[in-house]
Amino acid sequence: MNTFVGMPAFPEASSAAVSDAQLRYNLRKATHTIRAKRAAVVGEQPDWAALRAAGAAIKDRTLRHLDVYLERLETAVTEAGGTVHWAADAAEANRIVTGLVKATGETEVVKVKSMATQEIGLNEALEAAGIRAYETDLAELIVQLGDDLPSHILVPAIHRSRSEIREIFLSKMAAWGRPAPAGLADDPRALAEAARLHLRERFLSAKVGISGANFAVAETGTLVVLESEGNGRMCLTLPETLISVVGIEKIVPTWRDLEVFMQLLPRSSTGERMNPYTSTWTGATEGQTFHLVLLDNGRTSVLADEVGRQALRCIRCSACLNVCPVYERAGGHAYGSVYPGPIGTILTPQLRGMASPLEESLPYASTLCGACYEVCPVAINIPEVLLDLRSKVVAHGHVGQRVAMGAARRVLNSPRWLSVTQRSAGRLRRWTPRRLPGPLSAWSDTRDVPRPPKESFRQWWAANR
Amino acid sequence: MSSRDRILARVRSALSDVPREENPGDVPVPREYERSRTGVDVVELLVDRLTDYRAQVHEVSDVAAAVAEALTRREARRLAVPPGVPDAWLRSVEAVHDDPPLPNVELDSLDGVLTGCAVAIAETGTIVLDAGPDQGRRALTLVPDYHLCVVRRDQIVRTVPEAVGRLDPSRPLTWISGPSATSDIELNRVEGVHGPRTLEVLIV
Repeated sequence: MNTFVGMPAFPEASSAAVSDAQLRYNLRKATHTIRAKRAAVVGEQPDWAALRAAGAAIKDRTLRHLDVYLERLETAVTEAGGTVHWAADAAEANRIVTGLVKATGETEVVKVKSMATQEIGLNEALEAAGIRAYETDLAELIVQLGDDLPSHILVPAIHRSRSEIREIFLSKMAAWGRPAPAGLADDPRALAEAARLHLRERFLSAKVGISGANFAVAETGTLVVLESEGNGRMCLTLPETLISVVGIEKIVPTWRDLEVFMQLLPRSSTGERMNPYTSTWTGATEGQTFHLVLLDNGRTSVLADEVGRQALRCIRCSACLNVCPVYERAGGHAYGSVYPGPIGTILTPQLRGMASPLEESLPYASTLCGACYEVCPVAINIPEVLLDLRSKVVAHGHVGQRVAMGAARRVLNSPRWLSVTQRSAGRLRRWTPRRLPGPLSAWSDTRDVPRPPKESFRQWWAANR
Repeated sequence: MSSRDRILARVRSALSDVPREENPGDVPVPREYERSRTGVDVVELLVDRLTDYRAQVHEVSDVAAAVAEALTRREARRLAVPPGVPDAWLRSVEAVHDDPPLPNVELDSLDGVLTGCAVAIAETGTIVLDAGPDQGRRALTLVPDYHLCVVRRDQIVRTVPEAVGRLDPSRPLTWISGPSATSDIELNRVEGVHGPRTLEVLIV
């Protein structure tokens, strides 16, 4: 099974994507289309700035008192007949969910698209325990059947063209259930119909459903899932057992707070006034057994960073991906995690720590243009967090940069050193290499090495004043 | 130490910069957004927004006659009906009552479902069901391929905050904005994936 584990650093991972013309065409079309739709529906909302300010403040209130709200949520869900579990990390969450599924005696589960369960690699853990997880969101189905990785938060199969999807359906559906119709065409309508037929019986007979949640209301214990296709409603409603894996930052304090987020999220995410379906439920509903798994998995480390903490406001709308010049060219896979784009560049290194060259490279996968901050419905200042993370990368390691910066400091601190350096650079300008040697080539691979001028301003001044 | 205690301890130590005497309510939340708006007629607005989602909308005075017409147009006969739907709506319907609850496979074989609603939001073209007596359990409006929904004028509000204020979070809610849809393939919108492919609304 394909996973994000062991991905190379961003520059290597993105280089293939950047030279793939088809992918760049798909990404450009997708990001520009959603961007325009978002701008239109945000523009018709006269109080958008006030909603954004309220959304950010509600999340800040929650985060600053997260312990209070977590306990409140636990009480409310328990009183409504649900069972609450706490998972410190991915392994524990997977163990809890696997145990709950095994206790039902089932070996199959249906799943609603959920970032949290992707983050913890739940499908792989279930498979290792002999349980098959069926993704039911159309894009997730395309990704799962193609043994592929998601490349966008909202539209995970955006890197696939219709003809590729048709091929995947024709060759892979049979192994997972009802095969694709023989004469399947490649128009989106026919492909969506094939997915409907493929999953229909599975929904009607499913005994266990697994979901995430967009929001969890501490005051009432209510969980909220927004979706478009109806696969979410199927998974949340029909199975006898429902297990929801929810990050501890998904809490909002009160029911009333949803009046803000139900306006911010759909308009920012799909660029619609409202998404086709939203389900809310409180505890065990309509005879169902309900389990809530609260997931930390690095979130408390993010919370501990006073600058980086704001990343936990994120409501996973993906508006920042659609306006990012880097995402538009590099695509989602290069970010090496389920959270691509600008939000990924600040979330992944904080959730995982600077664990590998990948995490260290992510804070640099940005031009700091600030478009992401501007569209963010909860006003996460992504450039601010990026700069803070870059300073941490430099402080932690990244030897080359530290040596270079140390040398620069030395030269720039002393007029004598500066003048000597400038004079020798001017004399040697004829031998300026096109590529720098050794580890410095990492810098010159993507830039032209500038030719030093014949003389420095100081020299010119001394000669001409 | 249980994971519960460990996570709560980690949260508390992460928040060591938050003054001990600070309460959640001390963190200001500006609510300067609009709770309601006036101007356009809400019925007109709702019709416009529902049509935009390619739902079928009719303003009617006689529900039973409108239901009969809708069924004739679709060549539909057998509809699932929650227990609280008034008999007066059902003159020409072969009603299959969800009492006791119908098995999923049987729901799947019906021509559609007829319900009322709890609230409708004009600005977003949204109908909210709260599993009330004339709406029934959630599966009822999910499995059949055609949903015929009756909305009373007094159930229509203009904004999302007005609707949230009217709704009871302890009930299972389903917010419906048009027929089920996807844009997962090259961002082309396709109506009708897993939920009902046709949504028809009668405004009384």
